[in-house]
Amino acid sequence: MTDARDADTPVGAEIETVAGSAAVMGGEPVLATRARSQWWDVWDQFRTHKGAMVGAGIFLAILALVVLGPLFVEMENGIKSNMRARNQPMSLEYPLGTDRLGRDLFARMIAGGRVSLAVGLAAMALSLLLGTLIGVLAGYFKRLDGPLMRLTDLFLALPLLPLLLVMVLLFREPLTAAFGIEVGIFILIVSAIGITSWMQTARIVRGDVLALKEREFVLAARSIGTPARRIVTRHVLPNVLSPIMVSATLGIATAIITESALSFLGLGFPPDFPTWGRLLNDGVPFLELYPGRAFWPGLAISLVVLSINYVGDGLRDALDPRIRGR
Amino acid sequence: MTPPLVEVRDLKMHFPIYAGILRKQVGAVKAVDGVSFDILEGETLGLVGESGCGKSTCGRAVLRLYDITDGEIVVDGRAIGGEDQRSLRRMRPTMQMVFQDPQACLNPRMTVGAIIGEPLVEHSGMSRAERTARVEELMDKVGLNRAFINRYPHEFSGGQRQRIGIARALALNPKFIVCDEPIAALDVSIQAQVVNLLEELQDSLGLTYLFISHDLSMVRHIADRVAVMYLGKVVELAPRDALYDAPLHPYTEALLSAVPEPDPAKAGQRKDRIVLQGDVPSPANPPEGCNFCTRCPKVMDVCREIDPEFREVQPGHWAACHLHDTE
Repeated sequence: MTDARDADTPVGAEIETVAGSAAVMGGEPVLATRARSQWWDVWDQFRTHKGAMVGAGIFLAILALVVLGPLFVEMENGIKSNMRARNQPMSLEYPLGTDRLGRDLFARMIAGGRVSLAVGLAAMALSLLLGTLIGVLAGYFKRLDGPLMRLTDLFLALPLLPLLLVMVLLFREPLTAAFGIEVGIFILIVSAIGITSWMQTARIVRGDVLALKEREFVLAARSIGTPARRIVTRHVLPNVLSPIMVSATLGIATAIITESALSFLGLGFPPDFPTWGRLLNDGVPFLELYPGRAFWPGLAISLVVLSINYVGDGLRDALDPRIRGR
Repeated sequence: MTPPLVEVRDLKMHFPIYAGILRKQVGAVKAVDGVSFDILEGETLGLVGESGCGKSTCGRAVLRLYDITDGEIVVDGRAIGGEDQRSLRRMRPTMQMVFQDPQACLNPRMTVGAIIGEPLVEHSGMSRAERTARVEELMDKVGLNRAFINRYPHEFSGGQRQRIGIARALALNPKFIVCDEPIAALDVSIQAQVVNLLEELQDSLGLTYLFISHDLSMVRHIADRVAVMYLGKVVELAPRDALYDAPLHPYTEALLSAVPEPDPAKAGQRKDRIVLQGDVPSPANPPEGCNFCTRCPKVMDVCREIDPEFREVQPGHWAACHLHDTE
């Protein structure tokens, strides 16, 4: 018997030698892992995934820049126009140059990143929650399968943009009145993206749940007397983690891009409100003269999407005990 | 005399078949069709039969893992045939199950400790420390090293996995365990280990088994009484020795004649091998009269018309066959 963890993992207090008695299988002494939190095993496995570590590093760096940036950069420069400093190239004062109204692009990137990341993560979380819930319910409870899947088909068949248009028209006023312009539109956009993008997740999860619930360990749980809700949380959900993880990482990218499309159509945040998608759209007309204006927001979106994809890949491997320790 | 621990009366488990645009029910697969038997406390009832005859379905139906079509099941003095799953929950600790495929019956994402401890979480209300102590005790009992408690099922061999499954079934001190072909997926040397473990546990804990298998020699080894199933019905039920020495039903005779003889000198001399012709009829459309009449070597006219009654032909020896009709 070999220990499942790598040989160079720091051992010591967690490990004790147990002398096996003759009656016990695997008679010789065995190294035992002692009540060590499973999250340490997950972390050990995650660290071995190079792409995931690089991705996590990049994502955390972008997050830190966006969150801590305002401490070092004068954010006012990204809002106030300064006609004397129009169309500046990259310099020490303006690290990414300025736009045609003389606003600091770097400050606008930081401000836009806060919105874009928040929208992306929140919309992804919402669509994941909806998709997983509906997928699990449809897959596990036979009676709900028909109605819920028809609902999913209905949403898939709806034309997205007219639907969003109607939603924005209907809810923009009450939400901005209730929460203020920024939070109101944030809630509106997140829920609009969330409830129009859960269908793929739901279908994938349903398929996996259908296969899983026929497995013998689910039958074993029923023979123990585990109620359905705990069978779902204990046996079904952990085993559909992989497809959920994949659609989550893809979902962030879609959410960021959908938000930019909405803003472009004038349905999202107000025009003077920077987001990565809007910066990208603003930069496109000047692509030949000032390619940087479209390049930097584009790069930021791509980097976030790519790094989250790798993190998701690494997490999926790390959370699967069959892959862990290989 | 004490009443039997498990009484099954006329158990029926039919799975409906739907067809057509309107999904109308057009028939039913009669997986278990009127099965009756008793299991006394502390004994092992072997349930044998060929693939697809309804053995596993019968075992699962007895534990009420299915909502049965008809019949009555009494376990430990409580009729559970018609109860709903919620009120059955408190009954579950009395009756447990060991599964056929030790790989498939363990959740790959749970540690051994969590798997064996799951019944304790559901039913006992023990603290975490008490649970760990109990899980370690169970691992000792089934011959697993305590040090493996934080490992995952995929790190074990087939025999060890089956021991995990047995430990889980034992966690709540059940009285009755359905062993659904617990040895079919293991190789021969491990089969002996697991069967011996089951026997030891029966002696020390006073367990009652319903041992489902298609391995006749293993059933002869472990069972006190044996029931033979064919196409959803029990055709013969007798004490082990009576059944193996003097089978009353032609199907049992045919089954027993198919058991290989380990002694090559004797194996060549055997002339009594009965080879059944044809296939098992579909359980969705069983034949008129006796289920076995399409393949029976001793078939009579009456067999094709009247379904034989399951009767006590000799004391303790039940059979369903017109050959033993009294007139």
